Amino acid sequence: MKFNLKKSWTIASKDYRTYFTSPIAYIVIAGFLLIMGWMFFFNVSHFNLQAMQYKQFGGKSGSITDGVIRPLYGNMNVIFLFLVPFITMRLFAEERKMQTIQLLMTSPITLGEMIVGKFLSAAMLVGTMLALTVFYPVILFVYGNPDLGPIVSSYLGTFLLTCCYVSSGVFFSSMTENQIVAGALTFAAGLFFWLINWAAQSAGPVFSDVLDYLSLIQHYNNFSQGIIDTTDIVFYLSFIGLGLFFTHRVLDSYRWRS
Amino acid sequence: MIEVSGLTKIYGQRTAIDHLDFTVNKGEIVGFLGPNGAGKSTTMKILTGFMPASFGTAKVAGYDVFDEAIEVKRNVGYLPENPPVYFDMVVEDYLKFAAKLHDISKAKLKPAVDTALEKTGLTHVRNRIIGNLSKGYRQRVGLAQALVHDPQVLILDEPTVGLDPVQIIEIRQLIKSLGGAHTVILSSHILPEVTATCERIIVINKGKIVAQDNIERLTTRMNQGLTFQMKVKSVSNNGIQAIQAISGVKSVNLHDGALAIEINPSQDDIRDRIVEAAVMEKMGVLEFGADKLSLEEVFLSLTTQETTEGVQS
Repeated sequence: MKFNLKKSWTIASKDYRTYFTSPIAYIVIAGFLLIMGWMFFFNVSHFNLQAMQYKQFGGKSGSITDGVIRPLYGNMNVIFLFLVPFITMRLFAEERKMQTIQLLMTSPITLGEMIVGKFLSAAMLVGTMLALTVFYPVILFVYGNPDLGPIVSSYLGTFLLTCCYVSSGVFFSSMTENQIVAGALTFAAGLFFWLINWAAQSAGPVFSDVLDYLSLIQHYNNFSQGIIDTTDIVFYLSFIGLGLFFTHRVLDSYRWRS
Repeated sequence: MIEVSGLTKIYGQRTAIDHLDFTVNKGEIVGFLGPNGAGKSTTMKILTGFMPASFGTAKVAGYDVFDEAIEVKRNVGYLPENPPVYFDMVVEDYLKFAAKLHDISKAKLKPAVDTALEKTGLTHVRNRIIGNLSKGYRQRVGLAQALVHDPQVLILDEPTVGLDPVQIIEIRQLIKSLGGAHTVILSSHILPEVTATCERIIVINKGKIVAQDNIERLTTRMNQGLTFQMKVKSVSNNGIQAIQAISGVKSVNLHDGALAIEINPSQDDIRDRIVEAAVMEKMGVLEFGADKLSLEEVFLSLTTQETTEGVQS
Protein backbone atom coordinates (compact mmCIF):
# COMPACT_ATOMS: atom_id res chain seq x y z
CA MET A 1 0.00 0.00 0.00
CA LYS A 2 1.18 3.48 -0.78
CA PHE A 3 2.06 5.69 2.14
CA ASN A 4 1.62 9.39 1.63
CA LEU A 5 3.50 11.38 4.25
CA LYS A 6 1.77 14.55 3.11
CA LYS A 7 -1.53 13.22 4.46
CA SER A 8 0.11 12.42 7.78
CA TRP A 9 1.47 15.93 7.80
CA THR A 10 -2.04 17.36 7.30
CA ILE A 11 -3.16 15.61 10.47
CA ALA A 12 0.05 16.25 12.38
CA SER A 13 0.04 19.98 11.72
CA LYS A 14 -3.63 20.28 12.63
CA ASP A 15 -3.22 18.40 15.89
CA TYR A 16 -0.01 20.22 16.72
CA ARG A 17 -1.84 23.50 16.30
CA THR A 18 -4.69 22.21 18.45
CA TYR A 19 -2.23 21.81 21.33
CA PHE A 20 -1.62 25.53 21.15
CA THR A 21 -5.22 26.66 20.60
CA SER A 22 -6.14 24.78 23.76
CA PRO A 23 -4.42 25.32 27.12
CA ILE A 24 -2.74 21.90 26.95
CA ALA A 25 0.55 22.96 25.37
CA TYR A 26 0.97 26.01 27.58
CA ILE A 27 0.29 24.15 30.81
CA VAL A 28 2.47 21.18 29.93
CA ILE A 29 5.33 23.34 28.68
CA ALA A 30 5.11 25.73 31.64
CA GLY A 31 5.13 22.88 34.14
CA PHE A 32 7.97 21.20 32.30
CA LEU A 33 10.15 24.31 32.17
CA LEU A 34 9.42 25.19 35.79
CA ILE A 35 10.57 21.82 37.06
CA MET A 36 13.49 21.64 34.64
CA GLY A 37 14.61 25.13 35.61
CA TRP A 38 14.52 24.29 39.26
CA MET A 39 16.47 21.09 38.66
CA PHE A 40 19.03 22.87 36.52
CA PHE A 41 19.53 25.48 39.20
CA PHE A 42 19.87 22.81 41.86
CA ASN A 43 22.29 20.70 39.80
CA VAL A 44 24.49 23.64 38.91
CA SER A 45 24.64 25.10 42.41
CA HIS A 46 25.29 21.69 43.90
CA PHE A 47 28.05 21.10 41.37
CA ASN A 48 29.50 24.53 42.16
CA LEU A 49 29.59 23.83 45.86
CA GLN A 50 31.24 20.49 45.29
CA ALA A 51 33.80 21.98 42.94
CA MET A 52 34.69 24.66 45.48
CA GLN A 53 35.05 22.12 48.25
CA TYR A 54 37.30 19.94 46.09
CA LYS A 55 39.41 22.97 45.25
CA GLN A 56 39.82 23.90 48.92
CA PHE A 57 41.23 20.49 49.68
CA GLY A 58 43.31 20.44 46.51
CA GLY A 59 41.41 17.55 44.91
CA LYS A 60 40.09 17.21 41.38
CA SER A 61 36.45 18.03 40.86
CA GLY A 62 34.17 15.77 38.83
CA SER A 63 33.36 16.68 35.28
CA ILE A 64 30.45 18.93 34.44
CA THR A 65 29.04 16.08 32.37
CA ASP A 66 28.74 13.84 35.41
CA GLY A 67 27.76 16.60 37.80
CA VAL A 68 25.19 18.54 35.79
CA ILE A 69 24.40 17.17 32.38
CA ARG A 70 23.76 13.53 33.14
CA PRO A 71 21.44 14.12 36.13
CA LEU A 72 19.69 16.94 34.26
CA TYR A 73 18.70 14.83 31.27
CA GLY A 74 18.06 11.78 33.44
CA ASN A 75 15.53 13.83 35.40
CA MET A 76 14.06 15.14 32.18
CA ASN A 77 13.21 11.58 31.20
CA VAL A 78 11.28 11.12 34.43
CA ILE A 79 9.33 14.31 33.88
CA PHE A 80 8.42 13.20 30.37
CA LEU A 81 7.15 9.93 31.81
CA PHE A 82 4.66 12.00 33.79
CA LEU A 83 3.83 14.54 31.11
CA VAL A 84 3.48 12.44 27.96
CA PRO A 85 0.16 10.88 29.05
CA PHE A 86 -1.32 14.37 29.18
CA ILE A 87 -0.04 15.05 25.70
CA THR A 88 -1.24 11.86 24.05
CA MET A 89 -4.44 10.99 25.90
CA ARG A 90 -6.71 13.10 23.73
CA LEU A 91 -5.30 12.12 20.34
CA PHE A 92 -7.73 9.35 19.44
CA ALA A 93 -9.95 9.22 22.56
CA GLU A 94 -11.32 12.67 21.83
CA GLU A 95 -11.88 11.81 18.18
CA ARG A 96 -13.80 8.73 19.20
CA LYS A 97 -15.87 10.54 21.78
CA MET A 98 -16.79 13.47 19.53
CA GLN A 99 -17.12 11.08 16.56
CA THR A 100 -14.86 13.30 14.53
CA ILE A 101 -12.97 10.11 13.77
CA GLN A 102 -15.71 9.51 11.19
CA LEU A 103 -14.36 12.43 9.20
CA LEU A 104 -10.88 10.91 9.20
CA MET A 105 -12.14 7.45 8.41
CA THR A 106 -14.29 8.57 5.51
CA SER A 107 -11.50 10.66 4.01
CA PRO A 108 -9.14 9.21 1.41
CA ILE A 109 -6.42 8.58 3.95
CA THR A 110 -5.18 5.23 5.19
CA LEU A 111 -5.18 4.22 8.84
CA GLY A 112 -1.38 4.15 8.74
CA GLU A 113 -1.15 7.72 7.49
CA MET A 114 -3.63 8.78 10.15
CA ILE A 115 -1.76 7.09 13.00
CA VAL A 116 1.63 8.39 11.93
CA GLY A 117 0.10 11.87 11.73
CA LYS A 118 -1.19 11.62 15.30
CA PHE A 119 2.14 10.29 16.50
CA LEU A 120 4.02 13.09 14.75
CA SER A 121 1.86 15.79 16.30
CA ALA A 122 2.75 14.64 19.81
CA ALA A 123 6.39 13.96 18.88
CA MET A 124 6.60 17.47 17.51
CA LEU A 125 5.35 18.89 20.79
CA VAL A 126 7.98 16.84 22.61
CA GLY A 127 10.57 18.20 20.17
CA THR A 128 9.39 21.72 20.91
CA MET A 129 9.76 21.13 24.63
CA LEU A 130 13.26 19.76 24.13
CA ALA A 131 14.18 22.72 21.95
CA LEU A 132 13.13 25.06 24.75
CA THR A 133 15.68 23.46 27.09
CA VAL A 134 18.62 24.17 24.82
CA PHE A 135 19.45 27.28 26.79
CA TYR A 136 20.60 25.15 29.76
CA PRO A 137 23.62 23.74 27.89
CA VAL A 138 24.12 27.17 26.33
CA ILE A 139 24.50 28.62 29.82
CA LEU A 140 26.96 25.86 30.65
CA PHE A 141 28.97 26.67 27.56
CA VAL A 142 29.07 30.35 28.49
CA TYR A 143 30.42 29.70 31.98
CA GLY A 144 32.33 26.49 31.46
CA ASN A 145 33.47 24.05 28.84
CA PRO A 146 31.32 20.92 28.96
CA ASP A 147 31.60 18.06 26.46
CA LEU A 148 29.29 18.55 23.48
CA GLY A 149 29.04 14.80 22.75
CA PRO A 150 27.05 13.69 25.79
CA ILE A 151 24.71 16.65 25.40
CA VAL A 152 23.87 15.76 21.82
CA SER A 153 23.50 12.07 22.58
CA SER A 154 21.37 12.86 25.66
CA TYR A 155 19.01 14.89 23.52
CA LEU A 156 18.77 12.12 20.95
CA GLY A 157 18.25 9.47 23.64
CA THR A 158 15.68 11.53 25.51
CA PHE A 159 13.77 12.23 22.32
CA LEU A 160 13.71 8.57 21.29
CA LEU A 161 12.78 7.38 24.78
CA THR A 162 9.99 9.95 25.01
CA CYS A 163 8.74 8.94 21.58
CA CYS A 164 8.32 5.43 23.00
CA TYR A 165 5.96 6.87 25.63
CA VAL A 166 4.21 8.79 22.87
CA SER A 167 3.78 5.64 20.81
CA SER A 168 2.21 3.75 23.71
CA GLY A 169 0.14 6.85 24.46
CA VAL A 170 -1.23 6.83 20.92
CA PHE A 171 -2.03 3.16 21.33
CA PHE A 172 -3.94 3.55 24.61
CA SER A 173 -5.74 6.60 23.29
CA SER A 174 -7.02 4.57 20.35
CA MET A 175 -8.51 1.97 22.68
CA THR A 176 -10.97 4.11 24.57
CA GLU A 177 -13.26 7.10 24.40
CA ASN A 178 -12.16 8.11 27.87
CA GLN A 179 -9.14 10.37 28.03
CA ILE A 180 -8.45 9.67 31.70
CA VAL A 181 -8.33 5.94 31.05
CA ALA A 182 -6.00 6.49 28.11
CA GLY A 183 -3.72 8.72 30.16
CA ALA A 184 -3.60 6.42 33.18
CA LEU A 185 -2.79 3.38 31.07
CA THR A 186 -0.07 5.28 29.23
CA PHE A 187 1.56 6.27 32.48
CA ALA A 188 1.30 2.77 33.94
CA ALA A 189 2.74 1.18 30.81
CA GLY A 190 5.59 3.71 30.64
CA LEU A 191 6.50 3.13 34.27
CA PHE A 192 6.26 -0.62 33.85
CA PHE A 193 8.67 -0.67 30.91
CA TRP A 194 10.94 1.60 32.86
CA LEU A 195 11.07 -0.68 35.89
CA ILE A 196 10.83 -4.00 34.12
CA ASN A 197 14.51 -4.79 34.69
CA TRP A 198 14.18 -4.55 38.49
CA ALA A 199 13.33 -8.20 38.38
CA ALA A 200 16.45 -8.89 36.31
CA GLN A 201 18.69 -9.36 39.36
CA SER A 202 16.65 -12.24 40.70
CA ALA A 203 15.73 -13.76 37.34
CA GLY A 204 17.70 -16.53 35.64
CA PRO A 205 20.63 -15.68 33.36
CA VAL A 206 18.71 -15.72 30.07
CA PHE A 207 15.55 -14.17 31.40
CA SER A 208 17.42 -11.36 33.13
CA ASP A 209 19.04 -10.43 29.81
CA VAL A 210 15.62 -10.32 28.22
CA LEU A 211 14.25 -8.11 30.98
CA ASP A 212 17.25 -5.82 30.76
CA TYR A 213 16.81 -5.59 27.02
CA LEU A 214 13.12 -4.72 27.37
CA SER A 215 13.74 -1.94 29.86
CA LEU A 216 13.31 1.47 28.29
CA ILE A 217 15.73 3.17 30.67
CA GLN A 218 18.45 0.57 30.22
CA HIS A 219 18.83 1.64 26.62
CA TYR A 220 19.15 5.24 27.67
CA ASN A 221 22.29 4.65 29.74
CA ASN A 222 24.56 4.60 26.70
CA PHE A 223 23.09 7.83 25.39
CA SER A 224 23.73 9.55 28.72
CA GLN A 225 27.40 8.62 28.46
CA GLY A 226 27.75 10.03 24.98
CA ILE A 227 27.55 6.66 23.23
CA ILE A 228 25.16 6.33 20.33
CA ASP A 229 24.72 2.61 19.78
CA THR A 230 22.57 1.36 16.92
CA THR A 231 21.26 -1.42 19.21
CA ASP A 232 19.60 1.19 21.36
CA ILE A 233 18.27 3.14 18.42
CA VAL A 234 16.87 -0.04 16.87
CA PHE A 235 15.23 -0.95 20.17
CA TYR A 236 13.54 2.42 20.52
CA LEU A 237 12.42 2.48 16.90
CA SER A 238 11.02 -1.05 17.20
CA PHE A 239 9.15 -0.08 20.36
CA ILE A 240 7.65 2.94 18.59
CA GLY A 241 6.80 0.88 15.51
CA LEU A 242 5.16 -1.84 17.56
CA GLY A 243 3.01 0.68 19.43
CA LEU A 244 1.82 2.20 16.18
CA PHE A 245 1.19 -1.22 14.67
CA PHE A 246 -1.03 -2.21 17.61
CA THR A 247 -2.86 1.09 17.21
CA HIS A 248 -3.52 0.14 13.60
CA ARG A 249 -5.02 -3.19 14.70
CA VAL A 250 -7.23 -1.49 17.30
CA LEU A 251 -8.59 1.10 14.87
CA ASP A 252 -9.12 -1.46 12.15
CA SER A 253 -11.29 -3.52 14.46
CA TYR A 254 -13.07 -0.35 15.63
CA ARG A 255 -14.20 0.14 12.03
CA TRP A 256 -15.80 -3.29 11.94
CA ARG A 257 -17.69 -2.84 15.15
CA SER A 258 -18.87 0.74 15.16
CA MET B 1 -23.76 5.82 -9.54
CA ILE B 2 -24.51 3.64 -6.55
CA GLU B 3 -25.11 -0.06 -6.94
CA VAL B 4 -25.91 -2.17 -3.93
CA SER B 5 -26.58 -5.85 -4.05
CA GLY B 6 -27.15 -8.34 -1.28
CA LEU B 7 -25.69 -5.97 1.27
CA THR B 8 -25.80 -7.45 4.77
CA LYS B 9 -24.32 -6.33 8.05
CA ILE B 10 -24.37 -8.49 11.15
CA TYR B 11 -23.33 -7.27 14.58
CA GLY B 12 -22.85 -10.35 16.71
CA GLN B 13 -26.35 -11.77 16.92
CA ARG B 14 -28.15 -8.81 15.45
CA THR B 15 -28.68 -8.34 11.75
CA ALA B 16 -28.63 -4.62 11.14
CA ILE B 17 -29.30 -4.79 7.43
CA ASP B 18 -30.43 -7.81 5.52
CA HIS B 19 -29.74 -8.29 1.80
CA LEU B 20 -30.33 -4.79 0.56
CA ASP B 21 -30.53 -4.29 -3.21
CA PHE B 22 -30.93 -0.92 -4.79
CA THR B 23 -29.39 1.43 -7.31
CA VAL B 24 -29.18 5.16 -7.44
CA ASN B 25 -28.66 6.90 -10.75
CA LYS B 26 -26.43 9.84 -11.43
CA GLY B 27 -27.88 13.15 -10.32
CA GLU B 28 -30.74 11.60 -8.42
CA ILE B 29 -31.79 12.63 -4.93
CA VAL B 30 -32.91 9.57 -3.05
CA GLY B 31 -34.42 9.50 0.39
CA PHE B 32 -33.76 6.74 2.82
CA LEU B 33 -36.81 6.53 4.99
CA GLY B 34 -37.33 4.37 8.00
CA PRO B 35 -37.95 4.41 11.73
CA ASN B 36 -35.05 4.74 14.15
CA GLY B 37 -32.87 1.66 14.16
CA ALA B 38 -34.02 0.49 10.74
CA GLY B 39 -30.46 0.30 9.40
CA LYS B 40 -30.23 3.61 7.57
CA SER B 41 -27.04 4.77 9.25
CA THR B 42 -25.45 1.36 8.91
CA THR B 43 -26.10 1.33 5.17
CA MET B 44 -24.68 4.79 4.82
CA LYS B 45 -21.57 3.95 6.81
CA ILE B 46 -20.93 1.04 4.49
CA LEU B 47 -21.45 3.17 1.39
CA THR B 48 -18.88 5.69 2.61
CA GLY B 49 -16.27 2.98 3.04
CA PHE B 50 -16.18 3.69 6.77
CA MET B 51 -17.37 0.25 7.75
CA PRO B 52 -17.07 -3.04 5.87
CA ALA B 53 -20.19 -5.07 5.18
CA SER B 54 -20.59 -8.67 6.31
CA PHE B 55 -21.84 -9.87 2.94
CA GLY B 56 -22.80 -8.40 -0.38
CA THR B 57 -21.25 -5.74 -2.53
CA ALA B 58 -21.68 -2.05 -2.98
CA LYS B 59 -20.23 0.13 -5.69
CA VAL B 60 -20.08 3.87 -5.46
CA ALA B 61 -19.01 5.94 -8.46
CA GLY B 62 -17.82 2.73 -10.06
CA TYR B 63 -15.54 1.70 -7.19
CA ASP B 64 -16.05 -1.15 -4.79
CA VAL B 65 -16.46 0.19 -1.26
CA PHE B 66 -14.29 -2.54 0.20
CA ASP B 67 -11.55 -3.12 -2.34
CA GLU B 68 -11.21 0.46 -3.54
CA ALA B 69 -12.17 2.28 -0.36
CA ILE B 70 -9.75 5.16 -0.90
CA GLU B 71 -11.20 5.93 -4.34
CA VAL B 72 -14.73 5.72 -2.94
CA LYS B 73 -13.82 8.08 -0.12
CA ARG B 74 -12.36 10.54 -2.59
CA ASN B 75 -15.68 10.68 -4.46
CA VAL B 76 -18.04 10.74 -1.52
CA GLY B 77 -19.00 13.55 0.81
CA TYR B 78 -20.42 12.27 4.06
CA LEU B 79 -22.33 14.02 6.79
CA PRO B 80 -22.77 11.64 9.71
CA GLU B 81 -25.61 11.87 12.21
CA ASN B 82 -23.46 14.02 14.48
CA PRO B 83 -21.50 16.51 12.40
CA PRO B 84 -17.83 15.53 12.78
CA VAL B 85 -16.59 18.99 13.69
CA TYR B 86 -13.76 19.94 16.01
CA PHE B 87 -15.19 22.32 18.57
CA ASP B 88 -11.89 24.06 19.14
CA MET B 89 -11.30 24.92 15.49
CA VAL B 90 -12.25 27.96 13.47
CA VAL B 91 -14.80 27.24 10.72
CA GLU B 92 -12.48 28.19 7.88
CA ASP B 93 -9.52 26.22 9.25
CA TYR B 94 -11.73 23.20 9.73
CA LEU B 95 -12.91 23.29 6.12
CA LYS B 96 -9.35 23.72 4.92
CA PHE B 97 -8.38 20.68 6.95
CA ALA B 98 -11.26 18.65 5.50
CA ALA B 99 -10.33 19.78 1.98
CA LYS B 100 -6.69 18.83 2.47
CA LEU B 101 -7.73 15.42 3.72
CA HIS B 102 -9.61 15.01 0.46
CA ASP B 103 -6.59 15.78 -1.72
CA ILE B 104 -7.54 19.30 -2.68
CA SER B 105 -4.37 20.93 -3.96
CA LYS B 106 -3.03 24.03 -2.30
CA ALA B 107 -3.97 26.26 -5.23
CA LYS B 108 -7.61 25.14 -5.17
CA LEU B 109 -7.92 25.17 -1.39
CA LYS B 110 -9.21 28.69 -0.94
CA PRO B 111 -11.77 28.67 -3.77
CA ALA B 112 -13.05 25.28 -2.60
CA VAL B 113 -13.50 26.52 0.97
CA ASP B 114 -15.09 29.76 -0.22
CA THR B 115 -17.58 27.91 -2.39
CA ALA B 116 -18.55 25.54 0.41
CA LEU B 117 -18.98 28.45 2.82
CA GLU B 118 -21.12 30.30 0.32
CA LYS B 119 -23.31 27.31 -0.53
CA THR B 120 -24.06 26.64 3.11
CA GLY B 121 -24.48 30.29 4.07
CA LEU B 122 -21.57 30.32 6.46
CA THR B 123 -19.48 33.10 4.99
CA HIS B 124 -20.28 35.48 7.84
CA VAL B 125 -19.17 33.01 10.52
CA ARG B 126 -16.01 31.79 8.79
CA ASN B 127 -13.76 33.17 11.52
CA ARG B 128 -15.78 31.88 14.46
CA ILE B 129 -14.82 28.94 16.63
CA ILE B 130 -17.11 26.01 15.87
CA GLY B 131 -17.78 25.24 19.54
CA ASN B 132 -19.32 28.69 19.95
CA LEU B 133 -21.80 28.22 17.10
CA SER B 134 -25.38 27.05 17.53
CA LYS B 135 -26.38 23.50 16.71
CA GLY B 136 -27.85 24.57 13.38
CA TYR B 137 -24.67 26.25 12.32
CA ARG B 138 -22.58 23.28 13.37
CA GLN B 139 -24.81 21.14 11.20
CA ARG B 140 -24.15 23.48 8.31
CA VAL B 141 -20.42 23.32 8.95
CA GLY B 142 -20.74 19.55 8.77
CA LEU B 143 -22.56 19.88 5.47
CA ALA B 144 -19.95 22.29 4.16
CA GLN B 145 -17.32 19.70 5.07
CA ALA B 146 -19.15 17.11 2.97
CA LEU B 147 -19.30 19.52 0.04
CA VAL B 148 -15.87 21.05 0.17
CA HIS B 149 -14.18 18.61 -2.20
CA ASP B 150 -17.10 18.77 -4.66
CA PRO B 151 -17.81 15.01 -4.52
CA GLN B 152 -19.87 13.12 -7.06
CA VAL B 153 -21.89 11.46 -4.34
CA LEU B 154 -23.23 13.03 -1.17
CA ILE B 155 -24.37 10.86 1.70
CA LEU B 156 -26.25 12.81 4.33
CA ASP B 157 -27.41 11.14 7.51
CA GLU B 158 -30.37 13.07 8.90
CA PRO B 159 -29.13 16.40 7.58
CA THR B 160 -31.79 18.62 9.13
CA VAL B 161 -31.93 17.15 12.60
CA GLY B 162 -31.81 19.83 15.29
CA LEU B 163 -32.36 22.76 12.99
CA ASP B 164 -35.00 25.44 13.34
CA PRO B 165 -37.77 25.61 10.72
CA VAL B 166 -36.14 28.39 8.73
CA GLN B 167 -32.85 26.55 8.63
CA ILE B 168 -34.62 23.34 7.66
CA ILE B 169 -36.12 25.02 4.62
CA GLU B 170 -32.76 26.49 3.70
CA ILE B 171 -30.97 23.18 3.98
CA ARG B 172 -33.69 21.44 1.98
CA GLN B 173 -33.37 23.99 -0.78
CA LEU B 174 -29.64 23.57 -0.68
CA ILE B 175 -29.92 19.81 -1.00
CA LYS B 176 -32.40 20.16 -3.85
CA SER B 177 -30.03 22.47 -5.66
CA LEU B 178 -27.30 19.86 -5.33
CA GLY B 179 -29.27 17.31 -7.32
CA GLY B 180 -28.21 16.95 -10.93
CA ALA B 181 -24.58 17.85 -10.35
CA HIS B 182 -24.30 15.52 -7.38
CA THR B 183 -25.94 12.26 -6.57
CA VAL B 184 -27.49 12.58 -3.14
CA ILE B 185 -28.66 10.01 -0.64
CA LEU B 186 -30.21 11.35 2.50
CA SER B 187 -31.79 9.55 5.37
CA SER B 188 -34.60 10.60 7.58
CA HIS B 189 -37.27 9.25 9.84
CA ILE B 190 -39.42 12.27 9.10
CA LEU B 191 -41.63 11.85 6.09
CA PRO B 192 -42.21 15.46 5.00
CA GLU B 193 -38.46 15.87 4.98
CA VAL B 194 -38.12 13.24 2.32
CA THR B 195 -41.12 14.32 0.30
CA ALA B 196 -39.83 17.89 0.24
CA THR B 197 -36.40 17.07 -1.11
CA CYS B 198 -36.30 13.68 -2.78
CA GLU B 199 -37.43 12.39 -6.13
CA ARG B 200 -37.45 8.80 -5.02
CA ILE B 201 -37.66 7.13 -1.67
CA ILE B 202 -36.44 3.84 -0.35
CA VAL B 203 -38.39 2.75 2.67
CA ILE B 204 -36.40 0.53 4.97
CA ASN B 205 -37.57 -1.26 8.06
CA LYS B 206 -35.83 -3.75 10.31
CA GLY B 207 -32.92 -3.93 7.89
CA LYS B 208 -35.02 -4.71 4.84
CA ILE B 209 -36.26 -2.63 1.97
CA VAL B 210 -40.04 -2.60 2.13
CA ALA B 211 -40.67 -0.24 -0.76
CA GLN B 212 -38.81 1.84 -3.27
CA ASP B 213 -40.46 4.06 -5.80
CA ASN B 214 -41.10 7.66 -6.57
CA ILE B 215 -43.32 9.42 -4.15
CA GLU B 216 -46.61 9.85 -6.03
CA ARG B 217 -46.67 6.31 -7.29
CA LEU B 218 -45.92 4.96 -3.87
CA THR B 219 -48.81 6.88 -2.42
CA THR B 220 -51.37 5.80 -4.95
CA ARG B 221 -50.13 2.26 -4.92
CA MET B 222 -50.46 1.91 -1.22
CA ASN B 223 -53.65 3.81 -0.73
CA GLN B 224 -56.70 2.00 -1.94
CA GLY B 225 -57.82 5.43 -2.95
CA LEU B 226 -56.79 8.95 -2.34
CA THR B 227 -58.56 10.83 0.35
CA PHE B 228 -59.47 14.50 0.10
CA GLN B 229 -60.54 16.77 2.89
CA MET B 230 -63.21 19.36 2.29
CA LYS B 231 -64.12 21.96 4.87
CA VAL B 232 -67.57 23.45 4.40
CA LYS B 233 -69.68 26.08 6.11
CA SER B 234 -72.89 24.07 6.26
CA VAL B 235 -73.25 20.40 5.74
CA SER B 236 -76.32 19.20 3.94
CA ASN B 237 -77.40 15.69 3.16
CA ASN B 238 -78.20 16.73 -0.39
CA GLY B 239 -74.70 17.90 -0.84
CA ILE B 240 -73.20 14.67 0.46
CA GLN B 241 -75.43 12.68 -1.80
CA ALA B 242 -74.50 14.84 -4.76
CA ILE B 243 -70.82 14.21 -4.15
CA GLN B 244 -71.38 10.54 -3.61
CA ALA B 245 -73.21 10.38 -6.94
CA ILE B 246 -70.06 11.37 -8.84
CA SER B 247 -68.51 8.32 -10.44
CA GLY B 248 -65.17 7.50 -8.88
CA VAL B 249 -66.07 8.66 -5.39
CA LYS B 250 -65.85 5.72 -3.07
CA SER B 251 -67.16 7.15 0.13
CA VAL B 252 -67.95 10.41 1.86
CA ASN B 253 -67.64 10.63 5.60
CA LEU B 254 -68.27 13.52 7.89
CA HIS B 255 -66.14 14.19 10.89
CA ASP B 256 -65.27 17.39 12.75
CA GLY B 257 -67.29 19.45 10.33
CA ALA B 258 -65.17 18.34 7.41
CA LEU B 259 -65.92 15.88 4.67
CA ALA B 260 -63.44 13.10 4.06
CA ILE B 261 -63.91 12.10 0.43
CA GLU B 262 -62.28 8.90 -0.65
CA ILE B 263 -61.89 8.31 -4.36
CA ASN B 264 -60.90 5.26 -6.32
CA PRO B 265 -57.34 5.17 -7.55
CA SER B 266 -56.31 5.51 -11.19
CA GLN B 267 -59.39 7.52 -12.07
CA ASP B 268 -59.59 10.65 -14.11
CA ASP B 269 -59.13 13.75 -12.07
CA ILE B 270 -62.54 14.37 -10.57
CA ARG B 271 -61.57 17.00 -8.03
CA ASP B 272 -63.19 19.81 -10.00
CA ARG B 273 -66.44 17.91 -10.19
CA ILE B 274 -66.45 17.32 -6.43
CA VAL B 275 -66.03 21.02 -5.73
CA GLU B 276 -68.59 21.90 -8.37
CA ALA B 277 -71.15 19.62 -6.74
CA ALA B 278 -70.50 21.15 -3.33
CA VAL B 279 -70.86 24.66 -4.69
CA MET B 280 -74.08 23.81 -6.51
CA GLU B 281 -75.54 22.52 -3.27
CA LYS B 282 -74.52 25.77 -1.55
CA MET B 283 -72.45 24.07 1.12
CA GLY B 284 -69.99 26.99 1.24
CA VAL B 285 -66.62 25.43 0.45
CA LEU B 286 -63.88 26.82 2.71
CA GLU B 287 -61.04 24.44 2.04
CA PHE B 288 -60.33 21.57 -0.28
CA GLY B 289 -57.18 19.53 -0.52
CA ALA B 290 -55.52 16.17 -0.44
CA ASP B 291 -55.39 14.55 2.93
CA LYS B 292 -51.96 15.48 4.25
CA LEU B 293 -51.79 12.39 6.36
CA SER B 294 -52.07 9.96 3.51
CA LEU B 295 -48.35 9.57 2.84
CA GLU B 296 -47.69 9.42 6.54
CA GLU B 297 -50.12 6.55 6.63
CA VAL B 298 -48.32 4.87 3.77
CA PHE B 299 -45.14 5.08 5.71
CA LEU B 300 -46.76 3.75 8.84
CA SER B 301 -48.41 0.88 7.08
CA LEU B 302 -45.18 0.01 5.31
CA THR B 303 -43.17 -0.08 8.45
CA THR B 304 -45.70 -1.69 10.73
CA GLN B 305 -47.39 -4.23 8.51
CA GLU B 306 -45.72 -7.29 7.14
CA THR B 307 -47.89 -7.48 4.01
CA THR B 308 -45.83 -5.64 1.47
CA GLU B 309 -46.25 -7.86 -1.54
CA GLY B 310 -46.55 -6.01 -4.77
CA VAL B 311 -45.03 -2.90 -3.33
CA GLN B 312 -41.45 -3.62 -4.16
CA SER B 313 -40.55 -2.65 -7.67
